[in-house]
Amino acid sequence: MKSLADLQKIREQAQKRVNMREVGNEDYRVVVGMGTCGIAAGARVVLNAFMEGVNHDHLNVIVTQTGCMGSCTLEPMVDIYDKEGRKTTYIKMDAEKVAQVVESHLKNGRTLEMYTVNQR
Amino acid sequence: MERLHVLICAGTGCTSSRSLEIVKKLEEVLPAYHLENEVKIVKTGCFGLCQKGPIMAIYPDKIFYSHVTVDDVDEIVKEHFYKGRPVTRLELTDIDEKTKEKIFDIDQIKFYSKQKRIALRNCGVINPEDIYEYIAKDGYQALGKALTEMTPQEVIDEILKSGLRGRGGGGFPTGRKWQFARNSESDEKYVICNADEGDPGAFMDRSILEGDPHAVLEAMAIAGYAIGAQTGYVYIRAEYPIAVERLKIAISQAKELGLLGNDIFGSGFNFDIEIRLGAGAFVCGEETALIASIEGKRGMPVPRPPFPAVRGVWGKPTIINNVETFANVAQIIYNGADWFTQIGTEGSKGTKVFALGGNVTNTGLVEVPMGTTLREVIYEIGGGCPNHKNFKAVQTGGPSGGCLTEESLDEPIDFDNLVRLGSMMGSGGMIVLDEDSCMVDVARFYMDFIVDESCGKCTPCRVGTKRLLELLNKICAGEGTLETLDELESLSNHIKETALCGLGQTAPNPVLSTMKMFRNEYIAHVLDKRCPAGVCKALLKYTIDPDKCKKCSLCTKQCPVGAISGQVGKTPFVIDPDKCIRCGACMASCRFGAIIRK
Repeated sequence: MKSLADLQKIREQAQKRVNMREVGNEDYRVVVGMGTCGIAAGARVVLNAFMEGVNHDHLNVIVTQTGCMGSCTLEPMVDIYDKEGRKTTYIKMDAEKVAQVVESHLKNGRTLEMYTVNQR
Repeated sequence: MERLHVLICAGTGCTSSRSLEIVKKLEEVLPAYHLENEVKIVKTGCFGLCQKGPIMAIYPDKIFYSHVTVDDVDEIVKEHFYKGRPVTRLELTDIDEKTKEKIFDIDQIKFYSKQKRIALRNCGVINPEDIYEYIAKDGYQALGKALTEMTPQEVIDEILKSGLRGRGGGGFPTGRKWQFARNSESDEKYVICNADEGDPGAFMDRSILEGDPHAVLEAMAIAGYAIGAQTGYVYIRAEYPIAVERLKIAISQAKELGLLGNDIFGSGFNFDIEIRLGAGAFVCGEETALIASIEGKRGMPVPRPPFPAVRGVWGKPTIINNVETFANVAQIIYNGADWFTQIGTEGSKGTKVFALGGNVTNTGLVEVPMGTTLREVIYEIGGGCPNHKNFKAVQTGGPSGGCLTEESLDEPIDFDNLVRLGSMMGSGGMIVLDEDSCMVDVARFYMDFIVDESCGKCTPCRVGTKRLLELLNKICAGEGTLETLDELESLSNHIKETALCGLGQTAPNPVLSTMKMFRNEYIAHVLDKRCPAGVCKALLKYTIDPDKCKKCSLCTKQCPVGAISGQVGKTPFVIDPDKCIRCGACMASCRFGAIIRK
């Protein structure tokens, strides 16, 4: 360790590994419905796609899961919460749609209305 | 790609309730659900709530599971990790007093909401065996700041300004100790971390070393820079194998990254840390005895002055600070003294860690701001006495401390206030006693400990404490008189005045304190030959209430010495007090509550 700057660099890298435990600082929280219905409809693929997208672009986003969301016919369903706790619900997701949501919603803050539950 | 972090306590408490087997089971089960790359298992230090261990924390869900067993692992993985449904029956909860509803949010649970964690801030949060996790939590920033932006004197001034006082018992201002050592001219100086935690029931230093060893190493290096030392020793008892192991790992990782060793942060400052194992003698927590032990001599104290800051280990200026004291240092340098002085009371800044034990619902490790009341710690965090028993006293300060009664419960905890009340902070053991505790017996317990641990160098401690124990035994056996109490008191005062070291001088405190606070109980033992709490066996008397006795003879069958006689169905049974050995077997067997113990 030759300077404080060296340490700062290491800290930055290290924080990425533990920021999952810093609940409350994330820009978005993505919650994937993983009930039996969700899994059957392909929620695992959706979950993985979100994780890949978030990881690839180093986004400050937490990807987590929950049980059945109640509207089994609309699965796979995904709720995205912003910092203020506002919820956007996306329905009938797949890997392709996830990539678009990551790009538009998580990276640029624009809701993709066409995939939300409101457009049903 | 990681999606979940599963933190499992690998401290001594949870390890002994098989937390490592849970880790093993998790490693087996996760691949069955193809989750091994998504779920990261992190072995951490103590979460504090040892009573409810093993504890498992899941992030980012922020869910805490308590009393987890190996058999629960399947369900947790399948339901929670795979399907996203937390296993509610294992969740750590609290009951909201107003709405009577369950609280799941960990920050709202009283055990945690009343606490403020500085020394324990990383315990149960990071993996103590991974230096990068410590660095992620701003680890070694304070050392960097001190070495590159501050002069040694500025470091000492900051610590002085923070008002930090020694957490090992004495409460001596840390900054002043450092200043003395800095002012001592010498070619070599030393920094020692006193990890020889010996008070019965105290385990805060162990938990800090197990959960956050780098915090102590970083602070020792800062101290070395401040006083001009290049070598540090951690004096730790071999009875703490997990802490020793984690320290070894931490030291080697810090050396690898150049955070210990030569030319740290390019400042030209060199510092190395070695571990010295103690054999677990209580007296080696006394600083002069500790120094003797490090030098390979028998661990016995020598009179001060000279103080170690002038002549310590190898005859060179040395500072000795306790683990918890060090655990505060990096935080003070990093956040500034002004941040630290906002916490605590006028004379005692910051927080204090307490090992809460005895007759209390939530035994474990708690850290509260100085000035928190005893009631808040014992009732709100500790949950009060279990089984609806009444609170009787709280013992603080270990074998050097004393007992406080109900009257003191609303007093704020700080160094000076506890002394004023007749006890002391000590290293932070806090043992709660309920109505079933006999105070004479408590005093005897501590004296028994002291007699065992006295190093034998000075007569007042070697012989005096032994005589004290004999007097206490006499009282418990019902052979004491009022004169015994006078003897007890005068001998205690003699030891206080004449013993060589601090431990000897304070050894009679449990006796003096219980005699002052619970004189009635001592009187009952010597005059009425009665133990009000029903603990001292020789003073107990078992009788059978003839009105309640159903003449069933069940007690007769249980009595191991044939002390109970009577005729089935005809006459009430009676206990022969001369034959009775007061084992209580009859009382446990009677279904009608006819047997009375007085």
